[in-house]
Amino acid sequence: MLGRLTIDALPLYSWVAMSGAAVTVLGGVCVFALLTWFRKWGYFWTEWFTSVDHKRIGIMYIALALLMLVRGFVDALMMRGQQAFALNDGGYLPPGHFDQVFSSHGTIMIFFMAMPFLTGLVNIVVPQQIGARDVAFPFLNSVSFWLTAAGAGLVLVSLVIGRFSTAGWTAYPPYSGIGTSPGVGVDYWLWAVLISGVGSTLTGINFLVTILKRRAPGLTLMRMPLFTWTALCVSVLMAFAFPALTVVAALLGLDRIFGMHFFTNADGGNMMNYANLFWIWGHPEVYILILPAFGIYSEVVATFSGKPLFGYRSLVYATAVIAILSFTVWLHHFFTMGASANVNAVFGMATMIIAVPTGVKIFDWLFTMYRGRIVFHPAMLWTLGFIVTFVIGGVTGVLLAIPPVDYLMHNTTFLVAHFHNMLIPGALFGFFAGVQYWFPKAFGFRLETKWGVRAFWFWISGFYCAFMPLYLLGMLGMPRRMERYDIAEWQPYLIVAAIGALLVLAGIVCMVVQFVVSVRNREALRDGTGDPWNGRTMEWATASPPAPYNFAVIPQVHELDAFHDLKARGLAAQRPEHYEPITMPRNSMIGVLLGAFGFALGFAMVWHIWWLAVACGLVMLGAVITRACNDDAEFTLSAEEVRAIEDQRYAPRDGATAAGVVS
Amino acid sequence: MSAAVDMRENEEQVLHAERAFGFWIYLMTDAILFALLFATYIVMLPGTAGGPEAKALFSLPRAAGETALLLVSSLTFGLATLAMLAGRKQAVLGWLAVTFLLGLGFVAMELSEFAGMIALDNGPERSGFLSAFFALVGTHGLHVSMGMLWIVVMAAQVMIKGLTVPVGSRLFRLGLFWHFLDIVWVGIFSIVYLPGVM
Repeated sequence: MLGRLTIDALPLYSWVAMSGAAVTVLGGVCVFALLTWFRKWGYFWTEWFTSVDHKRIGIMYIALALLMLVRGFVDALMMRGQQAFALNDGGYLPPGHFDQVFSSHGTIMIFFMAMPFLTGLVNIVVPQQIGARDVAFPFLNSVSFWLTAAGAGLVLVSLVIGRFSTAGWTAYPPYSGIGTSPGVGVDYWLWAVLISGVGSTLTGINFLVTILKRRAPGLTLMRMPLFTWTALCVSVLMAFAFPALTVVAALLGLDRIFGMHFFTNADGGNMMNYANLFWIWGHPEVYILILPAFGIYSEVVATFSGKPLFGYRSLVYATAVIAILSFTVWLHHFFTMGASANVNAVFGMATMIIAVPTGVKIFDWLFTMYRGRIVFHPAMLWTLGFIVTFVIGGVTGVLLAIPPVDYLMHNTTFLVAHFHNMLIPGALFGFFAGVQYWFPKAFGFRLETKWGVRAFWFWISGFYCAFMPLYLLGMLGMPRRMERYDIAEWQPYLIVAAIGALLVLAGIVCMVVQFVVSVRNREALRDGTGDPWNGRTMEWATASPPAPYNFAVIPQVHELDAFHDLKARGLAAQRPEHYEPITMPRNSMIGVLLGAFGFALGFAMVWHIWWLAVACGLVMLGAVITRACNDDAEFTLSAEEVRAIEDQRYAPRDGATAAGVVS
Repeated sequence: MSAAVDMRENEEQVLHAERAFGFWIYLMTDAILFALLFATYIVMLPGTAGGPEAKALFSLPRAAGETALLLVSSLTFGLATLAMLAGRKQAVLGWLAVTFLLGLGFVAMELSEFAGMIALDNGPERSGFLSAFFALVGTHGLHVSMGMLWIVVMAAQVMIKGLTVPVGSRLFRLGLFWHFLDIVWVGIFSIVYLPGVM
């Protein structure tokens, strides 16, 4: 009846695991109780969960990302805590548990922190930057989000019921095979990745169509803001790379459930095929994470330097070149596979070549700042911190791209330091900059800056403190993922790294304080103009927060930096003579339904509860068919309703001059 | 007023063009999925683990029969599309039914092939090679089955709603899907069956 789910699935094996489970359950119960107490279920259901508005979906994505950031960071703290003391000592985490912690840390940070974070920012900003009213497929957007949330839910549940994978975030076979990992851990990883991966593929398709088909008149490709360009390239990467992840996870699942031999050690299996398939997705994924951050830095650096971007064309071409090259370097993740020297040399060179367009971008940002009037807003601080730090990570990357060096360094903490040095400044800092920059657009008030500055300084000092010692440790020969060690020389570095993690913790606390203080002072921080930073791109032309349709009248674009151009011509604040009715997508509960049953399907597959899996699959199929027959997915806002919303937006201004622009 | 109706119709056309474009991109993601399964199959050809090789397993007449059924079904779907453009509802339903039956014949032949192999202990768990074979051909067969389900759904819509603009647009995308599966099958025939028996 319940497959292999028994009472033993509860985490009674260690007090650490039990407290983790308790925190997760208590957190869930608290949210549930609060929503019930304040009678907010109806509000969240109608206004958020069933919403197909890209701005709402974007905010939900980012809320999910921040939640998972905290969860993933707790894992990081636990690892640093363990290694700081584990010299000749078991520390406080038993080996099996330590392995779960590093596996869930990587899985969460890549799939359920970074992915939803960037997807959320793209969701909120891109339709507004291209002068569109929504994405091409608003309902599909909601499905994507709920599938991502379902995957994240599976990872969270694994903390309470059963155990998570101990096979690392990449789940390499044969270790992840059924023979060596018979438990449910790898299955949790597998189904979380499969379900959320489908969501990401759909997001890629959605934004590809949105950006290519929904641009405002006059917005040619070479007039698109750079963030939109990076979103376009990322959509291509998502659509074309994520099927590889689907394939590799599905095949591993077939091995595990049906005893097939794709990646087994015997019977004709080929485990290196796993590494190939996984990284055919995995390397483009690195750029899926980094390119949107490059786009954010480009917007921030231009706005807060008060200048147009230097070398716009070169930035566009560099982005496109990086996107293409990202498909040609996957083998550098396993140089030690033992392919011939020539194969390794080709992939090593391809890897080094990617440094060229990236270098171009760095110089473009530097020249944008040159002679600009730089405002040291927190968004700008993250950008500056990124430029300096990312160059270090890039240099160590070129080092690792040399196959003989990689033979020495692979699987050491040098590698750990390198990819954290790419992804933390190259992705996460960018997303933070994006939050600081676009928060007023999403919520109508600015974030208070003092705590934002503090968060930045704690994060960046914590980053250096935590990861520079890992470079040195790698050169001393310390392998990654060690639960204990007996070389006394390593310990001082690991203690410094643990202090770094505590500094990052202080940074996260500052961010929480920043949100709290900003919400409390929101009236003082209110942005009535919709354009708090003297922005250059179209998203600043809408109200903050924007009306459901973003633009009452679709703007006509004449230049790069379209909104700056409108302001220069004095047309930015002009109201139109009259309004037209607007067609809007209707809310739909089918997205939530697919997410909920997708979660249950994954859970059933993890525990081999076959009847439940079949039932969930049928319900999902039914929901999709119902939707596929729906001819009534839209409604029309009348011109009068549009006028009423717009009157409200302009009321302060028009009221003050006592002469509103009347039709 | 008629200007407003024109605009509404124009808007609807743009919407369906967008959906067709999105569906093309979906098909490209699906093509990548199949490409990787093809690559896996080729990589795993030597992984027979002492079990049967392709030569001993595949029969050309059967593969030719499956090919004929699927190719003809593509033709009959094309005829359904032409009937739709001509606004002939009964003809659309008739051709969809024929397409469905041909698809059913294809899936039945494939299942009997699978069943025969499994009965001789040559199932997917026998060797890496057979795992790859079942995964590639089975994924295609699953797609065809989904396509058949979709044909049923669309036939019901045509019956109930008639050939409305949204129904026509969905039928067009179903056609893309069906023809795409035909192309994938041509790949399977040329990469799995032909070299296997020659």
